[in-house]
Amino acid sequence: MIQFSNVSKRYPGGHEALSNVSFHMEKGAMAFLTGHSGAGKSTLLKLVALIEYASRGQIMVDGENVTRISRRRIPFIRRKIGFIFQDHHLLFDRTVFDNVALPLVIAGYRHQDIGRRVRAALDKLGLLSKERLSPITLSGGEQQRVGIARAVVNKPMLLLADEPTGNLDPDLSREIMSLFSLFNDVGVSVLIASHDIPLIESLDYPVLSLEEGRLAQPEAGVA
Amino acid sequence: MIRQRNTRQRPRHGWQGRLQSILSPRIFLRRHLQVAFDSLSRLYRNRVSSLMTAAVIAIALALPAGLFLLLDNLDRLSGSWDGQASMSVFLKQDITDTQAGVLLKQVSEWPEVGAVELVTPAQALEEFSQRSGFADVLGALEDNPLPYVLIVIPASTQLDPVAASALQARFTDLPETELAQLDLQWVQRLAAILDIAQRIILIIGVLLALAVMLVIGNTIRLEIQNRRDEIVVTKLIGATNSFVRQPFLYSGFWYGALGALIAWAVVEGGFWLLAEPVARLAGLYHSDFSLETLPLQLLLVLLLGGILLGLLGSWLAVGRHLDAIEPT
Repeated sequence: MIQFSNVSKRYPGGHEALSNVSFHMEKGAMAFLTGHSGAGKSTLLKLVALIEYASRGQIMVDGENVTRISRRRIPFIRRKIGFIFQDHHLLFDRTVFDNVALPLVIAGYRHQDIGRRVRAALDKLGLLSKERLSPITLSGGEQQRVGIARAVVNKPMLLLADEPTGNLDPDLSREIMSLFSLFNDVGVSVLIASHDIPLIESLDYPVLSLEEGRLAQPEAGVA
Repeated sequence: MIRQRNTRQRPRHGWQGRLQSILSPRIFLRRHLQVAFDSLSRLYRNRVSSLMTAAVIAIALALPAGLFLLLDNLDRLSGSWDGQASMSVFLKQDITDTQAGVLLKQVSEWPEVGAVELVTPAQALEEFSQRSGFADVLGALEDNPLPYVLIVIPASTQLDPVAASALQARFTDLPETELAQLDLQWVQRLAAILDIAQRIILIIGVLLALAVMLVIGNTIRLEIQNRRDEIVVTKLIGATNSFVRQPFLYSGFWYGALGALIAWAVVEGGFWLLAEPVARLAGLYHSDFSLETLPLQLLLVLLLGGILLGLLGSWLAVGRHLDAIEPT
C-alpha cells in the first residue's frame, strides 16, 4: 500500500526531517509510527498524503508512483486516503453531518447516498444523535470521532492518523484505537503516528520507530 | 481487459470518476445548482455587507447605464428632425406669384435638389398663427408681411456640410433670393455634441466597469481569506481546484446579478422622477416627446453586464489567491 525507497525530506530552511527512509507496508496492514516529537512522524504522513514532497527517493501509494505527480492528479490520490488530524480540522460553521458529508460531496455522490453513508459512519462511531449539532459544542473525544467519521465515510483504502489520541484520556484513546482495529479488520490499511508507547505496546501491531528522521530498523518490512 | 461496468452513479477514483461526472449532465447540473444555492444563502447570511457590496456595484452600473439612456433619448429627439434636413430659401418681398412658380420649376430641375416645396405667404401666415398663438396680433396686421419661401430638401440624404454650404451659396446667388437658411446646422452641431458625450460616457462606463470588477475581486479575495481553513480542509480531503473555485465564482455571479437588479431599479426610478418635468418642458415646446427606458432590454443588458463583470472579477481574485492556498 505504501512503499518508501530511500526517501529524504529536507525543508527549505535546511532542516532534514527524514533521512533515507525505506519501508513497505502491504495492503490491508496496520502499523504504528512512533518517535519523539520532531522525529519526522508528521512529515512521513504528509509525504504519503502529498501535502509535502520528498526531496529524494521514491514513494509509491497504492501501486502508483507519487514522487513526481501532476498537481491535477493529487486530489484523486487523496480521495483514496482518510486522514485523521490531531487537531481534527473540523469546520465549525456547519453541522456534524455536513462535516462528515464533505468527502462525499467533493467526490460527487448522490444526495440519497450521502445521507445513507454519513448516517452509517456516524452510527458506527456512536454520534448519530449529534448529527445536527455544531462540532464546537462537542467534547474533545467526540470531535476526534467526528474527524474519524469524516475520514472513513467514503471507504478509503488507507487511513492515516497523526496523533489521533493526543488530547484524549487513556480510556478514550483505547476506544479509538480499537475503532482503527475494526476498520483494519474489514481490509482498510491503517498507519497511525503516536507517541503513546504504553498504548502501542498493549496492541499487537508492527511498529515503525523514527529517530531524528531515520527508521530505527532500516528496511523493516511491515506485516 | 474487460472492465466491469459501473452500474451505479458512483464516481470512482481517478479519471473514471472525473470523466463520469463530466459526462453525466445530472451530476454536473445537480452539483452546480447546489453550489449556486449555497453561495446565495451565504450572501443572505451576511446580508448587510452583501447588500452594501451590491449597492456599490449597482451605483457603478447605474451611472453609465442612466447616462447612456439619457443620451439615447436626446439622440432620438434630434433624430426626429432628420427628416427635415432642409433649407429655407426666403424670396424677396416683391416677388410675385408667377415669378415664384417659375423659380420653383427651375430649381426643381437642379441635380442637387431632391424636392422643393413652395410656401405662399398666406400658407406661412396660417401656419405661423397656428403654431405661435399670435393669431390675434397677426390678424391685426393690414397686409401679410411674410415672403414666399422655398423649402428645399437636398438630393443626397447625407448631411455633408460642404455640399450643403455649396447649395446654400447657389441659392443665395439667385437674384430672387433674400436669404437662404440651412435649417440643419444646429441639428448637426447637436449631433456632434452628442457624439462627444457618447464618447465620454463610454470612457466613464469602461472605468466604472473596471471598478465593478475590482470591487467584486476584492470582496471575493476577502471571502477567500475568511474561508481559508475550509479551503485547506477540502483540499486535504481531495477537492480539486475547480471544486474549491466554484463557490467563489458563484459569489461573483450573484454579486453581479444583485448589483444589476439594484442598478435597474435605480435607473428606472431616476427616469420616473425625470418623466414629469421632461413632459412639462416638452409641452412648452409643443412636443409630445417623453423619456423612454425600455425596461426589459435595460434589465437584460444590466444583468448580462453585471454577471459578466462579477464572474471576471471573481475569476481574477480566485486565480490570484486560491491556488496559492495549499495544506501544509
